[in-house]
Amino acid sequence: MFCSEKKLREVERIVKANDREYNEKFQYADNRIHTSKYNILTFLPINLFEQFQRVANAYFLCLLILQLIPEISSLTWFTTIVPLVLVITMTAVKDATDDYFRHKSDNQVNNRQSEVLINSKLQNEKWMNVKVGDIIKLENNQFVAADLLLLSSSEPHGLCYVETAELDGETNLKVRHALSVTSELGADISRLAGFDGIVVCEVPNNKLDKFMGILSWKDSKHSLNNEKIILRGCILRNTSWCFGMVIFAGPDTKLMQNSGNSIWESQTGDQFRTFLFWNEGEKSSVFSGFLTFWSYIIILNTVVPISLYVSVEVIRLGHSYFINWDRKMYYSRKAIPAVARTTTLNEELGQIEYIFSDKTGTLTQNIMTFKRCSINGRIYGEVHDDLDQKTEITQEKEPVDFSVKSQADREFQFFDHHLMESIKMGDPKVHEFLRLLALCHTVMSEENSAGELIYQVQSPDEGALVTAARNFGFIFKSRTPETITIEELGTLVTYQLLAFLDFNNTRKRMSVIVRNPEGQIKLYSKGADTILFEKLHPSNEVLLSLTSDHLSEFAGEGLRTLAIAYRDLDDKYFKEWHKMLEDANAATEERDERIAGLYEEIERDLMLLGATAVEDKLQEGVIETVTSLSLANIKIWVLTGDKQETAINIGYACNMLTDDMNDVFVIAGNNAVEVREELRKAKQNLFGQNRNFSNGHVVCEKKQQLELDSIVEETITGDYALIINGHSLAHALESDVKNDLLELACMCKTVICCRVTPLQKAQVVELVKKYRNAVTLAIGDGANDVSMIKSAHIGVGISGQEGLQAVLASDYSFAQFRYLQRLLLVHGRWSYFRMCKFLCYFFYKNFAFTLVHFWFGFFCGFSAQTVYDQWFITLFNIVYTSLPVLAMGIFDQDVSDQNSVDCPQLYKPGQLNLLFNKRKFFICVLHGIYTSLVLFFIPYGAFYNVAGEDGQHIADYQSFAVTMATSLVIVVSVQIALDTSYWTFINHVFIWGSIAIYFSILFTMHSNGIFGIFPNQFPFVGNARHSLTQKCIWLVILLTTVASVMPVVAFRFLKVDLYPTLSDQIRRWQKAQKKARPPSSRRPRTRRSSSRRSGYAFAHQEGYGELITSGKNMRAKNPPPTSGLEKTHYNSTSWIENLCKKTTDTVSSFSQDKTVKL
Amino acid sequence: MAMNYNAKDEVDGGPPCAPGGTAKTRRPDNTAGTELPIFFIIGLIFIPIGIGIFVTSNNIREIEIDYTGTESSSPCNKCLSPDVTPCFCTINFTLEKSFEGNVFMYYGLSNFYQNHRRYVKSRDDSQLNGDSSALLNPSKECEPYRRNEDKPIAPCGAIANSMFNDTLELFLIGNDSYPIPIALKKKGIAWWTDKNVKFRNPPGGDNLEERFKGTTKPVNWLKPVYMLDSDPDNNGFINEDFIVWMRTAALPTFRKLYRLIERKSDLHPTLPAGRYSLNVTYNYPVHYFDGRKRMILSTISWMGGKNPFLGIAYIAVVSISFLLGVVLLVINHKYRNSSNTADITI
Repeated sequence: MFCSEKKLREVERIVKANDREYNEKFQYADNRIHTSKYNILTFLPINLFEQFQRVANAYFLCLLILQLIPEISSLTWFTTIVPLVLVITMTAVKDATDDYFRHKSDNQVNNRQSEVLINSKLQNEKWMNVKVGDIIKLENNQFVAADLLLLSSSEPHGLCYVETAELDGETNLKVRHALSVTSELGADISRLAGFDGIVVCEVPNNKLDKFMGILSWKDSKHSLNNEKIILRGCILRNTSWCFGMVIFAGPDTKLMQNSGNSIWESQTGDQFRTFLFWNEGEKSSVFSGFLTFWSYIIILNTVVPISLYVSVEVIRLGHSYFINWDRKMYYSRKAIPAVARTTTLNEELGQIEYIFSDKTGTLTQNIMTFKRCSINGRIYGEVHDDLDQKTEITQEKEPVDFSVKSQADREFQFFDHHLMESIKMGDPKVHEFLRLLALCHTVMSEENSAGELIYQVQSPDEGALVTAARNFGFIFKSRTPETITIEELGTLVTYQLLAFLDFNNTRKRMSVIVRNPEGQIKLYSKGADTILFEKLHPSNEVLLSLTSDHLSEFAGEGLRTLAIAYRDLDDKYFKEWHKMLEDANAATEERDERIAGLYEEIERDLMLLGATAVEDKLQEGVIETVTSLSLANIKIWVLTGDKQETAINIGYACNMLTDDMNDVFVIAGNNAVEVREELRKAKQNLFGQNRNFSNGHVVCEKKQQLELDSIVEETITGDYALIINGHSLAHALESDVKNDLLELACMCKTVICCRVTPLQKAQVVELVKKYRNAVTLAIGDGANDVSMIKSAHIGVGISGQEGLQAVLASDYSFAQFRYLQRLLLVHGRWSYFRMCKFLCYFFYKNFAFTLVHFWFGFFCGFSAQTVYDQWFITLFNIVYTSLPVLAMGIFDQDVSDQNSVDCPQLYKPGQLNLLFNKRKFFICVLHGIYTSLVLFFIPYGAFYNVAGEDGQHIADYQSFAVTMATSLVIVVSVQIALDTSYWTFINHVFIWGSIAIYFSILFTMHSNGIFGIFPNQFPFVGNARHSLTQKCIWLVILLTTVASVMPVVAFRFLKVDLYPTLSDQIRRWQKAQKKARPPSSRRPRTRRSSSRRSGYAFAHQEGYGELITSGKNMRAKNPPPTSGLEKTHYNSTSWIENLCKKTTDTVSSFSQDKTVKL
Repeated sequence: MAMNYNAKDEVDGGPPCAPGGTAKTRRPDNTAGTELPIFFIIGLIFIPIGIGIFVTSNNIREIEIDYTGTESSSPCNKCLSPDVTPCFCTINFTLEKSFEGNVFMYYGLSNFYQNHRRYVKSRDDSQLNGDSSALLNPSKECEPYRRNEDKPIAPCGAIANSMFNDTLELFLIGNDSYPIPIALKKKGIAWWTDKNVKFRNPPGGDNLEERFKGTTKPVNWLKPVYMLDSDPDNNGFINEDFIVWMRTAALPTFRKLYRLIERKSDLHPTLPAGRYSLNVTYNYPVHYFDGRKRMILSTISWMGGKNPFLGIAYIAVVSISFLLGVVLLVINHKYRNSSNTADITI
C-alpha cells in the first residue's frame, strides 16, 4: 500500500494552509480514524489466522489432522472437530461483536460535525472529511477534531484555554496562544481564507508535550512550539471561538499515536491457559510402534480436552456477570454498576499482592470541605450531643442553615451552631478570623449570568476557606489589582491591597497587607503552623499551646490544617518597608533573597487568631477498605501526581501511615548519588533495627541468628513506610539502584510515590511486576492513570468521573474505591477458589477417564484400543460431566461473602497460589490415577470369568465398556457431589440430571431404531439392555463407586480434622451459625484511633500573588458561563501558571520538601 | 464452662478469624457426627452382599478341561501338526458331583487378543445387518480380509475370518455300555438383540446361497457362511455360533458360550456325577501364538456364573471401611479431647 511507502518517506511534514491540492500530493492521512480490526471481507481469514495462533487451538488442529490419518486414528474425527468448531465459532462471534462496536464508535466519531473554511466560507463538515491544511473553527466546549495550529481566538492576545483530561488526565485548564501575526486575523473569514502560510514541522509522533515547526508566511518565518498547538482530544474551554489549521489528522494525531495498536494487543488471560497445557505429550514413550504412539496421543488427549477451555471461558463469563450484577457494587447515587470489561482475569483477582492506587479521585473525592476551626482557643465544628460528648457527624444531624444568605453556597455544610452564634454576638476575633479568610487568598471571583458568585480557585483548599467565610457572612465579592471588596455581614467594604506576600515552598505561608476603610493597615497571614508559630508575638503563648493542641487534634483526624494570624502595622513602618520592597524588586542582583528577607522582616510579631481544618474528603469507605486489604496481606502503593505533603496527609487520613509505624523513610534525593545513599541508609536502618530487635530475643537461641540474615526479608518485624518523590524515583528506577528500591519498598507496609508522571507510574508497576513476580492491580480514575492501568496485570477504573480514558483502558470498573474490597475479597477470592476447584476436579475427572485406556493397553497388546464407545468419549466431557462441574465452577463458595469480607485473612491462600499449584495438581492426578485403577481393575477382576444370569457370556468388550462407562459417570458424579460445598438448585439439577441424561442417551444409542439407521456408527445395539439388567454388573458398579470414593472421604476428613485451614474453620462456624440462629448483624468496624500529629498540606502554587497584583489575569468582561463545571463553583485556574512560568519550578522545590518533619 | 463460653462466643461474635491464632481453640465439634457413620453404614450394607456373593459363588459347579494338546501326554497332541485334517481326539474326565439345573458349555481361549484395535475394527456391521450394497462392497475396515480373488468376502474382516471352528461333543460313559451322548442345544446362546436386530441375512429369495451370490467365503473358513448349519433359522449371518464369536471379548483370556445343556426334570440332575468323554474335532490352531483352548461346564446362580473375585472384593471393602471408621473415630476423639483441654487451660 502506498500508505506505508509514505511512512517511510516522511521525514518532515509540509502543510500549506487552505490549499488542498498542494497538500494532497503528500498523501497525508485524512481525519478518518480506524480502531476496528476487520471488515466483512477480511474478517474470516484474519480472525481464523489469529485464533489458530493460540497454542490451544493449534494443538487441537494438529490432533484433528492426526485423527484423519486412518493408520493412526484410534478415535474418530468427530470427537475433536465438534468442540473445536464450537470454540472457534464462539470466539469469532465475540470478536465480531467487539469489532462491530468499534466500527460503531468509529463512525460516531468520524461523523461529528465541525466548521471548516472551504472556498472562503464556513461549512459544516464531518470530521472524517477534514483534511490536513484546512482551517477549522472551534467553539466553546467542543472537542478538538485534529491536531491544530492555533491561529486566532476570541480572547485577547490570541489566548485560548483547553482541557487536556483525555490526553494526560489533568483537569485543570491549559493555555495556548497563537502567534501574534496570526492572532490579528481574528474572526475575519476573508482574511483567514487568504491565509496561505506553510508549516514545516516534525513527523507524526506520540510526544504530547513537544512540538517543533516553522511557519513561513508573508516572507517571514515564525518558530512554532507546543504552546501554539491544540491537540485532538482536548476540549476548548472558556473561549468562545478559535480558528486553527490542521497539521495532523486522523491516525497521525498525537492522541491516536498514543493509543497503541489494538490489533496486536496481547491477551493476558492466555497466561493461565498455557499453564493448563503443560501435561501432554510425554506419556507414551513406552510404546513400541511409532503409529501406536500417535494413536495413544489421540486417545490420551482427553486429559486436556477442548471442553476444558470452553468451560474455563464459561466460568469466567459467569463470574464476570456476577460482578456486573452485584448490587453491593452498584453505586445507586450515580446509577453506576460495576462492570467486568474483560472476562479472562477473574481468578487473578484472587491472587493480588500489590495494589497501585491513584490518589485524587480514587482515594479522595478531590473535594475540600471546611470542617473545623479553632478561633481564639475555642474549637468550632465539633458536634456535641446532650451529654456534651463528641459524636460522629451523621446525616441526621441538622446542619447550620445558610439559606437565609442569598450568597451562600448551597453545597456547604457545617454542623456547629456555636460559630453562627458567635458571629451574631459580634465576637471581634471571630470576625477578624473570617475577614482574614475572605481577604488572604488568591481566589478570583466572577459572576455568572444568573448573578451567582463563582470563585475561580487555584487550590481547592483556598476555595474551601473562602467559601466557608462566604457562608458565614464574609463574602469575597471582587478584586482589582489594588483592592479587595468583601461583604461583611451585609455591608460592602473595600480594602486596599497594599502588598501581597506570595506563597512559596520554603515560606509555606502567604500574607496580604491591606488598608481597611478606617485607614488601619493590617497584615493577614495564613500558613503552616510550624512556620507561623515561630513568627508569633510572645504574648500569644497561652493561645499558642491551646491552638497547638487543637491543631494536633485536627491533624489526627486527617484534616489539613492552616494557622491563621494577623498583625497591625504602623503606617510609617509600612511605608519604609514598602519602599525597601520596591527597591528590592528593582534590584538586579539577589533580588529573590532580598525580597524573602523583607517578607521575613514584616511577618513577625504576629497575633494568632486560630487555625482552620480542611478535609480532603476521602471517598466513602476508603479507610475500611485499606485496612481490610492490608489485613489480606495486599500491599497498597499510592502513586500520585500530588505533592508530598498532600500525599502523606492522605496516607495518614486513610490509615496507610500510622503513628505506630516503626519508621517512615522519605527519599527525596536530587541526583542519583543522593538517592542511592538515602536508599542505602533506609535499608541499613531497617535491617539494623531489626537486628537489634532480634538480638534482644535471640540471646538464648543463638542458632536462629545465623539463619536470620538469609531470611531477613521474611522476618522484618514492625511496620515501615516509604515515601519517595518523582524526582528521586527517576533516579531510583535506574538499573543499578532499582533493586535496592524494590527490596526496600517491598519490605515496607506502605509505599507512597508522589509527584510521579504517568510514565513513572507505569514504570513502578512494571518494576514490581517484573521482579516480584506478583500479580498486580492498578486502580485509577483519570487519563494519567491509563499507563499504569495498562501495565498492571489487572487495571481497575473508577467510573462516573469526567474522563472515560481510565475506564476504557481498564479490565474492571466501578464507581467507588471501596468496591475494591468486595471485588478482591469476595469476587476475586471466589473466582480463584472456584477456578482452582474446577481445575482440580476437571483434571481428576479426565485422568480417571483417560488413564483407563492406558491400563487397558496392558490387556489389549497396546493396540490403542479404547475402553469406551466412541460416542461415550465424544460426549463424556461435553454432555455427561460438563454441567455439574460448570455449576460448581460458577456457584461454589466455601464461605459466604460476608465472612469473606470479615476475614480478609482468607485471601492469603490465593496470593501464595495454594489452591492450585504443582503439588495440588499432582494430588489431583494421583486421585485420578487411583480412580482409574479402581475403575479398571474391579471390572477386570469381575469380568475375568464372569457369566450372566442367563448363562450367556457377558465378558465381551461391549459389556465391559458399558460397565466401565457407567461406573465412571456415577463415580465422578458422586465425587462432585462430595466436592460441592455450596448447593444451589442448579447444582442438584445438573448433577442428578447428568446421570439421567447419561442413561437416556445410553439407551437411545443402544436402541434398535438408531442402529437400523446407522448400523456402522452404533454397533452397541442392545448392549445397555442386556448388561444393565444383570445384577452382577450393578454389584460391580456399586463396588467401584464405593471403593473409589471412600479413601477420598477418609483423607479429607483427616485433613479437616487435623490440619484445618481457615476457610474450613469458618465453614464449620457458618454451619454452626446456621443451626444456631440466623446471622446477626455484624458489629461495626472500629474507626481508626485518632493519633496526635501535626501536619499540614498546602495545595498552593507560587506565582499567583504577582499575577493578582499585576492584574494580568483579570479580564475586563465576564467570561461566558462555563458548562459542566458550575456545580463545584470553582474553576481550576492553574492555567495561569503557564503565563508566568517562573524559574523556581516545581522540580527545584523538591529539595525543600525534604525538610518536612512528620 | 470453657466450652460453653466458647460456643456462645462463636455464635454471638464474628467468624473465627480473629488474628492471633486463637482459631485452633475455637473449633466446634460437630463434624464427627455427620461423616464418620458413613463408613460404618457402608460396612453394614456390604457385609451381607459380600457374604452372599461369596457363598453363592462357591456353590456353583464348574469344571474346566484344557484340550490344547501341547503336552505330549494329551490325546490331542497329535492334532498339533497341520497335516492331520480333520483331526479327532477324545478327552476323558470325571464329574465328582452332579451338576443341577441348566448347565452351560463354554469354550475358552487364552492369549487371544480379540480386543486388539485393528482386530476389533475389522468388521462391517452393515454387511452383517444384511445390507445388500455392503454385502458386495464391504467396508474398508475389513482390509485385508475384504476381498479374495476379486470377490467380496462375506462375512468380511479379521474377526469373522478367525472364527472358532472346533466341534465339541460330550458323552456320559456309563458303567458298562456305550457312551451316552449328551444333548447339546445350539440355539439360545446368542443375545436376542444380536440374533434379531444386529445380525441379518441379506434379503432375497428362500435360498440362502442365492442371497450370498457374488461373495466368497473367508480365507480360513472351511465352508461358506450359508452352510454353517442346516437349520435355516441358524444359518448365514444369524448362525448363533457366528454371532457369539463376533461379539468380541474384552480380555485376552475369555470364554464364549458354546452349547446349552438343558435340565430335563427336577428329579434327575442334568449332569450326574460320573465319567464323561469330550470328543473334539480339532480344527482351530492356537499353539502358534501360545494360546490355550479349554472346554468349561458350569452351572449358574442368581448372580451369574462362578465369580470368586466379587465376593472377596466386597468383603475386603467392608473390612477397610470398618478399619477406616475406627481409625478416624479414634483420631477424632483424641484430637477433640486435646483441644478441649486446651480450652480449659486458657
